[in-house]
Amino acid sequence: MKMTKLAATVAATMMVSAPVLADTLHFPNLSYRTGPFAAGGIPFADGYADYFTLINERDGGIGGVPIRYTECETAYNTERGVECYQSVRGDSPLVLQPLSTGITYQLIPRTMEDGIPMHTMGYGRTSAVNGEVFNWTFNYPANYWDGASVIINYLLGENDGSLEDKKIVLLYHNSAYGREPIPTLTRLAERHGYELLTIGVDSPGQEQGSQWLQIRRERPDYVVMWGWGVMNPTAIQEAANIRFPMENFIGVWWSGSQQDVLPVGAGADGYKALAMHGTGMDYPIYDDLQQYVIEPGLYAGTGDEVGTVLYSRGMYAAMLAVEAAKVAQEIHGVANITPAMMRDGMANLEITEELMVELGLPNFGPAFSVACENHGGSGEAMIQQWDASAQEWNLITDWIAPDREMIMEMVMDDSLAFAAENDMTPACMN
Amino acid sequence: MLYREAGDFKTSYVADSQTFPIKFDRYGYYFILGFAFLVMPLIINDYWANSIVVPFLIYTIAALGLNILIGYCGQLSLGTGGFMAVGAYASYKLMTAFPDFNIVFVIITAGLITSMVGVLFGLPSLRIKGFYLAVATLAAQFFLIWLFTRTGWFYNYSPTGMISAPTRTVLGYPVTGPRASAVSMYLICLSFLVACAWLARNLTRGTMGRKWMAIRDMDIAAEIIGVNPLMAKLTAFAVSSFFVGIAGALLFTVYLGAAEAGEAFGIDKSFLVLFMVIIGGLGSIFGAFAGAFFLIVGPVLLKLLLVDSLGWPTDLAAHLEIMIVGALILVFLILEPHGIAALWRTIKQKLRLWPFPY
Repeated sequence: MKMTKLAATVAATMMVSAPVLADTLHFPNLSYRTGPFAAGGIPFADGYADYFTLINERDGGIGGVPIRYTECETAYNTERGVECYQSVRGDSPLVLQPLSTGITYQLIPRTMEDGIPMHTMGYGRTSAVNGEVFNWTFNYPANYWDGASVIINYLLGENDGSLEDKKIVLLYHNSAYGREPIPTLTRLAERHGYELLTIGVDSPGQEQGSQWLQIRRERPDYVVMWGWGVMNPTAIQEAANIRFPMENFIGVWWSGSQQDVLPVGAGADGYKALAMHGTGMDYPIYDDLQQYVIEPGLYAGTGDEVGTVLYSRGMYAAMLAVEAAKVAQEIHGVANITPAMMRDGMANLEITEELMVELGLPNFGPAFSVACENHGGSGEAMIQQWDASAQEWNLITDWIAPDREMIMEMVMDDSLAFAAENDMTPACMN
Repeated sequence: MLYREAGDFKTSYVADSQTFPIKFDRYGYYFILGFAFLVMPLIINDYWANSIVVPFLIYTIAALGLNILIGYCGQLSLGTGGFMAVGAYASYKLMTAFPDFNIVFVIITAGLITSMVGVLFGLPSLRIKGFYLAVATLAAQFFLIWLFTRTGWFYNYSPTGMISAPTRTVLGYPVTGPRASAVSMYLICLSFLVACAWLARNLTRGTMGRKWMAIRDMDIAAEIIGVNPLMAKLTAFAVSSFFVGIAGALLFTVYLGAAEAGEAFGIDKSFLVLFMVIIGGLGSIFGAFAGAFFLIVGPVLLKLLLVDSLGWPTDLAAHLEIMIVGALILVFLILEPHGIAALWRTIKQKLRLWPFPY
């Protein structure tokens, strides 16, 4: 039978090619380049891979140790995510970035048990901000609750400090990811007096007719979107179809890349989204990327995602990982670090503006420092707006700070509940 | 030569009607059981247990369940994903409400709850048949997922709507949660599978199974010879949903650890299990194993071959994997429309005569 033969081949090849590669730093990527969320997964994975290639080519690795980068396809599917986790787990992965809130929820208890750090940048479980409970999980520089709060603070600024009698719709991906901001927006609604309507879109989100019919009937002042993958262009198209004023339509940072607005064409003009980092290619790092990665043809994927928002985000994630690895090498005085050392590096990471300039990314991301009590960075974000005629995102605000006091209160509630559920005593690791 | 049947006489009806009447098969079966329970736990590594063997065992239970409904009773169902979700959410509610309740009983109770839900959604099968029934069970799929994503009580009002399995132990060994070792997960799933397969095999060759098959082959004729269609169809739904519920409960508690209804138990799950049953072979216990192996282990082996051994890009491998598995499904169905089980039957017939066919 075919399968037995295949199984035999596989078993045989696996015996021969057991990967024993000493003296490399293993950075796996649980990426997704297929499925309904590939539009977001591909640019992120490309950016993540290209930055590591750049570090290998330009600097010869981190502290002289070359990076080994591997990819495992999850298709944004939790079952395959678990399979991928099992396949990299024994291979001393320095940090995991699953780019999926669902997979993150599954991996948090496992990584805690196995001692593998996980970085969920701008996604995942928000209460991982509390490093006393979530020792191995980091979500700097910003999380969903920060994002929700930043949007409300921005709208407060637009409306002279009051959102009384305003109606805000949250259009969310009906999954763990999309439901994450609801508690924050509900709490803020009580404080600022706006009316919040939550409308879920079932995954993957190609069907939104009834949701937008409801939005048209409700006539909200603002629509806030927590969308991902194919849901984003569909929503923006539907908004354009019902002539919803685009400047009142604000997406989270996962709903604000070129891939989301380009399919809609001119109709998307004026659409806004959160930006947790700078946009465009006017940063010196792109010269290095061009020289060391793109021109020699070492880029990941097809190379046509370079410079998009999500590509920049993948690059930013890799940059933060590399910086954390450098901190870890410094703390422990060894170049070939282990996942546990990497955790220490991440827990003591400090990003300053000088460092960002040095890395070729001036004004790209916020300056922040990680501490045990705060794994979540500064939480600041900017607002960007799409210009359909020039086909580019423009930053229209400076960094806007979230309502961290309220968020920390909610973080404590949620994280301590998690600790109680799992019989843990919150404590810093050191 | 492989099957030496000469001298293998049966002197009692019990001996004659056993599951494996041929000695070689019977010893093979004992050998596999012994190997699975005694040797595998010693040699299996974490990756193989967690990402290949455990899902294979769990999906086999689901395929066994659906095979009873479709293969033995002839009632087409597209609600498997929804029923698996019932098992998962029932086990979650039981685990969180009664922390001291042993996980084995939690899973069995979850199966019983699913079986009640299955009977409820099986009621229309008395009036509607074939494709129409498929649509009615499809409604069950969508309704159940809608219920579990919109009703806070089912996920204990967690802000994200995810359910996560706390750690539970059997004989002191954790089998759920992050501390569960690969071996204990493997053994609990294997035990459930062996128990389910044994139950399925014995139900299907007894009175109940004969009634199901009578209904499947021609329901009016079955009614005339005295089979009560109400009882036959509803028992088929009950037993089938019981297995599917156990599979859903195991998938959530042991394998995934955290799940959300829409993502883990969507319509694609229903189709996946349906394909397993069709490719494996309708109305065959072995078919459930073969189908689950083909659709769960096959893609992972392909991935290991293409990505880890040949070093191909992951997206290319993922796309190729879809194409290869799709093509293999077509090839199998063209060459052997009755599934892998029928293929195995043919091979076995040939082997029994080998090397002296007439």
